[in-house]
Amino acid sequence: MSAGIELDDVCCDFGSFRAVDHVNVSIQPGEFFSFLGPSGCGKTTILRMISGFTDPSAGMIRIGGKDMKGQRPNQRPTALIFQNLALFPLMPIWENIAFGLEVRGVAKAERRAKAEELLRLVDLPDAADKMVSQLSGGQKQRVAIARALAVEPSVMLLDEPLSALDLKLRQHMRAELRAIQKRTGVTFIYITHDQGEALAMSDRVGVMSQGRLQQVANPRDIYNNPTNGFVASFVGENNIFTGTVGSEAAGFARFETPHGAFRARANVQGGRDLKLYVRPEHTLISAVPGLENSLPVTVTDVAFEGNFISVHAVSQSGATLLAELRNDGSVAIPAPGDALHMSFAAENASILPDGLVRGE
Amino acid sequence: MSELLRRYGPTLTGAFVLLTAFWLLMLVILPNVTLFEASFRPYLPVTEVGGPKDFYSFGNYMKFFANSTDTDIFGFNLPVPIHVKIFFGTIYFSTLVTFITFVIAYPLAFYLAKVVTPKSLPTLFLLLFVPMWVSEVLRSFAWWLILAYKGPLNAVLQGVGILDAPVRWISGYRAIIIGLVYTYVLFMVFPIYNAIQSLDTNQIEAAQDLGSPWWRTHWRVILPHAKPGIASGSVIVFMLAAGSLLVPALLGSPTSLWFTQTIQQWMLEAQDWNTGAAYAFLFLILCTCFVSLVMWLFKVQLTDIAK
Amino acid sequence: MDDKMRRTLYNIYMGLFLVYLLVPLGLMGGAAFNDSRLPSVYPWKGLTDRWFIELWNDSTMWTSFANTILVALAVVALAVPIGTASAILVNSISGRVRSVLYGIMVAPVLAPGAVIGISTILFWNKLSVPTGLHLSVLGQVSYIAAFVMLMVLARLQSFDQNLEEAALDLGASHGQVMRRILLPHLYPAIGAGAAISFFQSIENFNVTLFTRGTSQTLTVYVFSKVRSGVTPSINALALLLIIATLSAALLYEVRRRRLAAVEAAREAEARRAEEAGVL
Repeated sequence: MSAGIELDDVCCDFGSFRAVDHVNVSIQPGEFFSFLGPSGCGKTTILRMISGFTDPSAGMIRIGGKDMKGQRPNQRPTALIFQNLALFPLMPIWENIAFGLEVRGVAKAERRAKAEELLRLVDLPDAADKMVSQLSGGQKQRVAIARALAVEPSVMLLDEPLSALDLKLRQHMRAELRAIQKRTGVTFIYITHDQGEALAMSDRVGVMSQGRLQQVANPRDIYNNPTNGFVASFVGENNIFTGTVGSEAAGFARFETPHGAFRARANVQGGRDLKLYVRPEHTLISAVPGLENSLPVTVTDVAFEGNFISVHAVSQSGATLLAELRNDGSVAIPAPGDALHMSFAAENASILPDGLVRGE
Repeated sequence: MSELLRRYGPTLTGAFVLLTAFWLLMLVILPNVTLFEASFRPYLPVTEVGGPKDFYSFGNYMKFFANSTDTDIFGFNLPVPIHVKIFFGTIYFSTLVTFITFVIAYPLAFYLAKVVTPKSLPTLFLLLFVPMWVSEVLRSFAWWLILAYKGPLNAVLQGVGILDAPVRWISGYRAIIIGLVYTYVLFMVFPIYNAIQSLDTNQIEAAQDLGSPWWRTHWRVILPHAKPGIASGSVIVFMLAAGSLLVPALLGSPTSLWFTQTIQQWMLEAQDWNTGAAYAFLFLILCTCFVSLVMWLFKVQLTDIAK
Repeated sequence: MDDKMRRTLYNIYMGLFLVYLLVPLGLMGGAAFNDSRLPSVYPWKGLTDRWFIELWNDSTMWTSFANTILVALAVVALAVPIGTASAILVNSISGRVRSVLYGIMVAPVLAPGAVIGISTILFWNKLSVPTGLHLSVLGQVSYIAAFVMLMVLARLQSFDQNLEEAALDLGASHGQVMRRILLPHLYPAIGAGAAISFFQSIENFNVTLFTRGTSQTLTVYVFSKVRSGVTPSINALALLLIIATLSAALLYEVRRRRLAAVEAAREAEARRAEEAGVL
């Protein structure tokens, strides 16, 4: 049923612009895989190459082990869910869903039965004879999924399909999509610029920037162990220090910055543009200096965010820092003007190179 | 082209290209090339076509300048060829018709775009469209009836005491102008309506709020915005009026020939297709020049006019 | 001058304009019932239906009528596919080629009918095709196709290209995409284009006059009647034609309003679903 996908050194040029730059990735059958990145990073181009609407300029795309070169979109075992859903406005819902069957010459009664079965699967049992314009945003979403599933694709391609929905519905649909994927076992390839979506739904995430695939890993590793500065700063927030790497031992290195010398995790060689990244939730606040990597700071602003509290501060050397405190009453909430110390543990800080750039 | 192939596949793309090529080549370009070519050849009996007398010359065009009659131009009595006179008469009166339709149409277009309540708009449009769908020949016929010497217009005007004696309306160019204005005024209303409609009402209100009197608001805000609509309406009305054959033929008098009528005489009465072609080509070129000039003056493009 | 007074003046102007537009047609139609040899409502000599009977018995009128309908149907049959195909073609190319093609397509709309008629007979005469109504059809199509093209092109602007891709992605062939997705979207414009083509063809005089040979169409028939001994049977014909167009226009408007009401109801339902938080 479901098929794996391999992108083998795939490039895509539009004129002199390289939209996708030497991408290699192997997606397992039945996997929920997300391409995550800012707009213009090349993720939509990858999707269009897999679905067959755009031809790669170089490299090979295999679906289920088969080279897709020369295969038109209507010959590939993929089904694409468009960003604007692209439901056919002039057909009733059931014809929309059964369209893929209709063009394959399936008899009308059978098409109708299949459409109704799929409508039950997406929890819209009474919508068969309605028109698209009668449905709410979330209902349209489900119809689009049902329409794609009707052709029994081995691979589902989803192009930011939740971006038009409001926050609450989006969160609901995340769980729904994940459940449908598990139920059907179809390989899902999901395109998004929303890190929350990517991390919450995916088995693995590929972070993209400048046409380059920056890192492929499971959501936990993407967040906790980013391999470069782009991944670290695109996924979540960071306090960042610029400096040079010093002596290195057992995966830890000394990092010299204008704000002092810190110790942090490192598995890089010196010499390149390196920065130190530490998450706000790993940045600790204390009245006395911390055990290691500590800076004296003055609090500039305190913002109450609900489940946590953001504390903005500036060090005596001029570095701006952000710390996040859990709103569980375990720590005293500082006030602007307070003189405190901020510190972080070496295992929570990483020394990373900048992200890969186009054409490098 | 590659996008066309990608979107529609080779068979459909082939069909689209063939249909378009048939239209543009067989119905537009080649007939006009033939017209151009034929206009330089003499009119000969079938047996002599391709013979020694069949060579290119400006002979047909020279007929345009034959038969001069004395004409009063700014007080000077000058010999002017009759067809040249008819030609400039046609241009002059078509311009006049264009101007009159503009004067009538502008307040209407503004009314439809900005004054009337949107709810009654569809009904109004329906009422306006009805006469447009009635054929030109019937609309001219209606005015032929109204303007008749013993017709209703004279009767009414005499009845209310405006006229003492009936007026012979169908003489000179008078009735032609009345008929052309009636026939083509809506072609001026709709382009101007479209242009004014796209103007943000807030701009009008802002101008009024800043103390601008109504005429200045029109002059400085609405008219400039409506310019593309006015230009396209003018081009359409001018071309239709100058190219009209029905209205001058029905509402004209022997003293008021329209240029299309001279073309018709060469083609259908003299059966001299070559001279007819020369006249038609001349007419096409001069009208095109005139329209280009207007478009250049108003700084508008062909694409705007087709809207 | 205050706002209310200006509004009143505008309303009066609009009313006068409608009177100006519609009264001549009414006078022409009314004369069909006047029992007078001259076609006029004035002086009124009593009500009669004899002009309708005379019209009914006029065999020339019936031939002209049949010719007109045949020509109009042929024009629709040619202009609609040509206009639709060229609109799709122009819509999917860009740059200089597009503007040149577009220019050539739109130019015939502005060309004087006499020029179109003459160039058509000269060209087809060269190919040994004699004059006649078939040339009237070709001459009319040369500019009427542009109307269809413009209407379809306008409709194409509101077409979501993703629909084509979605259909292809679901396995449809190019032909199926055309038949099930693109054409249904274009049908309103194609229908309106067909109607315009039909009416434009019926109305056409200039092109027909030069190309018709010796055949008659309704406009040519009316024209020659007015020039040579008109009787109120022409008014009867005019009245019938006006009633026919008026009913067509009304029918179209009623249908349009009904469709708009259905669509508004659907959108209201979607809004309710949205507000009810249906997930």
